[in-house]
Amino acid sequence: MSELWAMDAYALHEQFASGAISAEAIVKAHLDRIQAWDSTIGAFLFVDAEGALRRAREEDAWTLDERRRRPLSGVPVALKDNIVTRHMPTTAGSKILGAFLSPYDATVVDKLMDAGAILIGKTNLDEFAMGSSTEHSAFHPTRNPWDATRVPGGSSGGSAAAVAARMVPVALGSDTGGSIRQPASYCGVVGMKPTYGRVSRYGLIAFASSLDQIGPMTRSLRDSRLVYGVIHGSDPHDSTSLTNVAEPIPSQEQRWRIGLPREFFGDGMDDGVRRVIDQALESLQGLGHELVEISLPHTDYAIAAYYLIAPAEASSNLSRYDGVRYGMRASGGDLLNMYETTRDEGFGDEVKRRVLLGTHALSAGYYDAYYLTAQKVRTRIREDFDQAFQTVDYIVTPTTPDTAFVLGARSDDPIKMYLGDIFTVTANLAGIPGLSMPAGLAAGLPVGLQWLAPPLFDAALLDAAETLERVLQPMPWPEEVKA
Amino acid sequence: MSRDYEVIVGLEVHVELKTATKLFCGCEAAFGADPNSHTCPVCLGMPGVLPVLNREAIHLAVRSALALNCEVRPFSKFDRKQYFYPDLPKAYQISQFDEPLAEYGWVTIRPASGEGRRIGIRRIHVEEDAGKLNHLGQRLGDATGSLVDLNRAGVPLIEIVSEPDLRSAEEARLYLTELRAILSYLDVSDLRMEEGSMRCDANVSLRPVGYEGALEDLSRVEIKNVNSIRNVQRGIEYEVERQAEMLLRGERIVKETRGFDDATGRTYSQRSKEEANDYRYFPEPDLPPLVLSAEWIESVRQALPALPDAIREALVSRGIPPKDAEVLVLDREAYQYWLQATERFEDDRLVTNWMLSDVARLINARGESYAKAAVGPDGLVELLELIGSGKISGRMAKEVLEAMFETGKRAEEVVKEKGMSQITDEGAIRSIVEEVLKQHPAVIQDYLSGKEKALAFLVGQVMKQTRGQAKPDLVNQLLKDVIHHDYNTAQ
Ligand SMILES: [Zn+2]
Repeated sequence: MSELWAMDAYALHEQFASGAISAEAIVKAHLDRIQAWDSTIGAFLFVDAEGALRRAREEDAWTLDERRRRPLSGVPVALKDNIVTRHMPTTAGSKILGAFLSPYDATVVDKLMDAGAILIGKTNLDEFAMGSSTEHSAFHPTRNPWDATRVPGGSSGGSAAAVAARMVPVALGSDTGGSIRQPASYCGVVGMKPTYGRVSRYGLIAFASSLDQIGPMTRSLRDSRLVYGVIHGSDPHDSTSLTNVAEPIPSQEQRWRIGLPREFFGDGMDDGVRRVIDQALESLQGLGHELVEISLPHTDYAIAAYYLIAPAEASSNLSRYDGVRYGMRASGGDLLNMYETTRDEGFGDEVKRRVLLGTHALSAGYYDAYYLTAQKVRTRIREDFDQAFQTVDYIVTPTTPDTAFVLGARSDDPIKMYLGDIFTVTANLAGIPGLSMPAGLAAGLPVGLQWLAPPLFDAALLDAAETLERVLQPMPWPEEVKA
Repeated sequence: MSRDYEVIVGLEVHVELKTATKLFCGCEAAFGADPNSHTCPVCLGMPGVLPVLNREAIHLAVRSALALNCEVRPFSKFDRKQYFYPDLPKAYQISQFDEPLAEYGWVTIRPASGEGRRIGIRRIHVEEDAGKLNHLGQRLGDATGSLVDLNRAGVPLIEIVSEPDLRSAEEARLYLTELRAILSYLDVSDLRMEEGSMRCDANVSLRPVGYEGALEDLSRVEIKNVNSIRNVQRGIEYEVERQAEMLLRGERIVKETRGFDDATGRTYSQRSKEEANDYRYFPEPDLPPLVLSAEWIESVRQALPALPDAIREALVSRGIPPKDAEVLVLDREAYQYWLQATERFEDDRLVTNWMLSDVARLINARGESYAKAAVGPDGLVELLELIGSGKISGRMAKEVLEAMFETGKRAEEVVKEKGMSQITDEGAIRSIVEEVLKQHPAVIQDYLSGKEKALAFLVGQVMKQTRGQAKPDLVNQLLKDVIHHDYNTAQ
């Protein structure tokens, strides 16, 4: 038997449910792994060793039947630290929340617990999920397990790195413009952003409410299916969660028309990335699928629209961090002074930049030109996808134009950082499901292939990607955390 | 002062809806609990929370809108109104901006002089209330700190915005009185201005005669948060006078927000509108648009209760004088008292007279209301029945009613205990009558010579002898009979 920390969630659960291994052993193996490697990687903001071991012993007390009935029984799970938990602090990667302990658990936390998962810790992120590198965490940057001089991507960089480094088999991330898929791509793991409304946002600290979705980050597609199966579903606490929907049954036809959007395969793509993607496309053809060039003509406007809508909503969502009720409060001065100093000291530069941008976009006299225009672009982008999915079953693209960059390389150039989201933001703007799966390595760094599907084709998307996973070379071990 | 301007008033009325729970969470919406005891992560604005719309609040809002003759939009949406203040946990209020729940309604007011007049309602929208700040110290200026109570945060409100159709403080009073009456029949709110469950802001401007521009361009003064209808009227009266004097002196009226000082009856400047907030409204992404089907709206309309205009008509057609009808209509509890009493007692006018004189006087004196009066409609009816059957006189009944209020006992019981019962035995009264007449021969002569008053004196004497228990019309009759029979011939 291989090391427990090297197994995926699916295998761990099977072994645990069959009585072959104990949950305590599973948790200990992963805690040891965290102990050994997280000082190098910095994936975690909080590790609840004691709580996880206590939970493991609880799981061990269940009968085999009861273990089998709960699909994540015995599986350690890490949460991006913008998902609130009652028994672990939640920071959103920001100083402004201070020593905040949520009075309630997020809906996904309840669902994970009901399914028998063992929460092991909270992972690092760009402050309030704003960023693509996890360098904007107020605490420390996270490093890429494939090359510790490089970023893991972001904002769910902690979750991606923790999964890639085998510190945990499964982590949840959140994706507002690519924050699950881009770090999954950079770290060589699977990351899925479900259809908007498919997973409850209750308890996810809001960045941009109309774009945010929670999703799984795993090392295999079957694990993503397993976790997605547990966390999705309508939630009476979330009015935007979809109710009474049945996921469409995809055609049993195993040969699909797969769309390759012209706008995603143009200049600006790294050569190494292109080579890996081309190989993956060949594999798809080898499976009998038909590749067709399509057009998503409004893609060029997506970044601009995204960087108006997301900051606008963020500027509003982050207003509650005012020092009055919880979190950090600067002392001295009058009320206005308290507000200003608290927010000045509590927020980092990237958050301030976006709050300013968003506040401006919503201001009297600018609203029509910025926010409303961006919403119109959003409609066009949705229509682009509607049209495309009339003729193709799925769309496949590179997840990012490049591989993981070196820490600090883009810190002084927010625009360049924003442009890195070019392939991922459209799925959020259109509300459709997307996932990134590892397709291979370019110069020793992982390259992600992105799959996009029509709304509600979440399960179908996982199945489709899995057919490719079966024929691709398995990913080697990440360089930095081999031993 | 010469009248070379016209008064332009528009009112914004906030009404707290009487739902069991708040607008976006499951917390109790009731007034008066310990500070912050009616709160949860959602209404505290904790990280990660989301609003869930209370459908009952929408039901009450739609009832109100329909009763105020509004068109209810089949599609409306919620927006965030953003500003920082410690009583606003999310730093935005979920409200409705450009697509409100309802529009284009009206309320009819009836000025004492002249015809009824329709006052337009521009819009009605749904929003959440803010919390409350309790400042430590005597006044805000020297407060040493402030305590935040978020019990009220998230309580559902409707804001009813009138057109600037009101032309005087008196019309504003009539509008508010009628609005409150209509809402009271719908039972959608407690409507207590002193507790803040109904609040009013008044926009006041003066339009010089001959002015042809848009009303919006006139300098408008907003009087904020006045705590009674009477004070809204006073505030507008003061403001009209103040602005008129400024115009006379050739001064420019500044667009501003003013408070009202109850003690002095004056308004005072709070902040000028030039420094007003940009609320940066945008559509609330956490809530889907509110879609209401025509069938559902129609079913709400069908279930509306009788409203003041219909009730007025019904009362007048039952012979109630319009003035009395008005008093009953404007107090829903009085009207319900009246309805219950008249259901059991056939003389509507007698019920009305008793209610609006003696019952009203006793209720007021005792600080009660019609709904909680010590003597309810059944008690009043029992009293009226005793009069009707001749057991007691009207005069005795007044004393009985007072005792009923005092002791909570039923009319019959009071009558028995007091040994009151009207003497209807003709023989007994006749002997007293004969006795009295013997003692006042001169008065008899006065009567016979045509002085009607003399008879009243004699009746009084008989009543005195019987301690008020003789049936007055019988006494009257007997006196006349005996005088004509025994004394007329002696003349
Ligand atoms: Zn609440």
